Amino acid sequence: MADGDFIVLERVEKVFDVRRKTGFLKRERRQVRAVDSISFTVARGEMVGYIGPNGAGKSTTIKMLTGILTPSAGRLRVAGIDPSSERRRLAHRIGVVFGQRTTLWWDLPLIDSYRLAHRMYRIPDARYRENLDRCVELLELGELLEVPVRQLSLGQRMRGDIAAALLHDPEVLYLDEPTIGLDVVSKAKVRGFLRELNSERGTTVLLTTHDLQDIEQLCSRVMVIDHGRLMYDGPLAGLHEAGESERTLVVDLERELPPVRVPSARVVRVEGPRQWLAFPAGQSAAPLVAHLAAEYPLVDLSVREPDIEAVIAKMYAERAVS
Amino acid sequence: MGETGRVREGLRTYLMIAGMWVRSTMAYRASFVMTTFGSFATTFFDFVGILLMFSRVDALGGWSLPEVAFLYGVSGTAFGLADLVIGSMERLGRRVRDGTLDTLLVRPAPVLAQVAADQFALRRLGRVTQGLLVLGWSLSRLDVDWTALKLLLMPVMLVSGCGIFCAVFVAGAAFQFLAQDASEVQNAFTYGGGALLQYPPTVFAKELVRGVTFVLPLAFVNWLPATYVLGRPYPLGLPRWVAFASPLVAVGCCALAGLAWRAGLRSYRSTGS
Repeated sequence: MADGDFIVLERVEKVFDVRRKTGFLKRERRQVRAVDSISFTVARGEMVGYIGPNGAGKSTTIKMLTGILTPSAGRLRVAGIDPSSERRRLAHRIGVVFGQRTTLWWDLPLIDSYRLAHRMYRIPDARYRENLDRCVELLELGELLEVPVRQLSLGQRMRGDIAAALLHDPEVLYLDEPTIGLDVVSKAKVRGFLRELNSERGTTVLLTTHDLQDIEQLCSRVMVIDHGRLMYDGPLAGLHEAGESERTLVVDLERELPPVRVPSARVVRVEGPRQWLAFPAGQSAAPLVAHLAAEYPLVDLSVREPDIEAVIAKMYAERAVS
Repeated sequence: MGETGRVREGLRTYLMIAGMWVRSTMAYRASFVMTTFGSFATTFFDFVGILLMFSRVDALGGWSLPEVAFLYGVSGTAFGLADLVIGSMERLGRRVRDGTLDTLLVRPAPVLAQVAADQFALRRLGRVTQGLLVLGWSLSRLDVDWTALKLLLMPVMLVSGCGIFCAVFVAGAAFQFLAQDASEVQNAFTYGGGALLQYPPTVFAKELVRGVTFVLPLAFVNWLPATYVLGRPYPLGLPRWVAFASPLVAVGCCALAGLAWRAGLRSYRSTGS
């Protein structure tokens, strides 16, 4: 196995049978292609964002990569292992964090969950100590080790979950929505840690997210999946181009005015003294703001990033047309 | 990994997780004491029902009170042990529905052992204690002609009975992979079966006794071995040695339940929830 082919998917499919009640005893069987012939490879040490709207097939892909689900067709390898047939052997080499489901023991101090991992994964004592110390330091868990998990905040628990997934030195870490529901400070801590993990230890990271900032700050590569198909695979900047995504500048004027006129932006909405201007995501907002400030009585303004959903929706609409 | 290695690995996992649950419950000590007592009291009143019945009649289906208490004690203890060991498997459907089963599947440990140890609760010892007390009382009242074989049959009966009930729990859980809200169906077989065995086989219709003997072989938990110990005829007129078949039946049931579990888990992994 070359390092370039650490994770390999070749025309992987996952088809679910969905049964729906249509009458008293009648049931309609319908096949749903959650993942439809996806192929990609991830090199060792890469950090990849895997994004797409709800129900696009993200979780299904992660579940196949972790050995939870068996693919319906295609070939899949992680570190040279077929996840579905060697689930438990693979488990020693991967770490998994489910953003909305903690694997920590609710009523016990945080450290107890780590001690269980120590025994369950048969981590050598020295290795365990070293990894635990590292995680405790970088994720700032020192004060929390003796606190029952139920008393931790969401951000603290997420950091605790990430540490739990890393004690056995996994070569690849899967994160499903690692920053969901976290405050700004917690998000920054989690992102900082993941960056460090990736650059210092060379751990391969695959994360799903709804937060474009996660991708912007962490991933050199992003994959977009929708309706079970891979829509885009490349750098984030290219995604904005592919989707022709736009950022929005929200300006508050002193009073109600007719739509403002500025080059390279168009007014998409007016509501009293507040106006919404759309401009290409690749372009800086600075000249736009300067122009507005010079010509109009400006009170306040803010920039809104495009959300993934909108980018993908647009990309999808364009593909359908062309 | 050979079959013994698999069993050892399963046991290791089971003990680790059960231990974590015991420590979790000890975080709420007062609640633990109260629920243990509650479990004991509930099952105790269960037996009071039978006592009340005997205040009106002298025999039930031809069986005296100590004899019925013997049946009750054996079935209660065997069921209580199975419930203590893997009683929480009925929660599997919920784990499938809310997706927490996935977190067990990414660990390097057998899933069956993890699910079996889930929510392990020592308070369930309350039911075992009550079963043993009733069994002890019945033995003190019964006039049994003890032989070596009969003495040997006592522990064999309890262990086999526990095995048969465990198989029912596992098979029921396997069924929940297909029908996630079937925990009530499972309860009908486990708790329902346990309740059925508390009464002598002679009070039930022959068809039911046949079903419980040949289809879902709960009769091997206590009815068949008990008729041997008490020197009574079994309603279906089976040969005497059948009373000693309980361990074989238990092993067979466990093997079948194991296969059902594998099939269920395979179906979950190929279809998802």
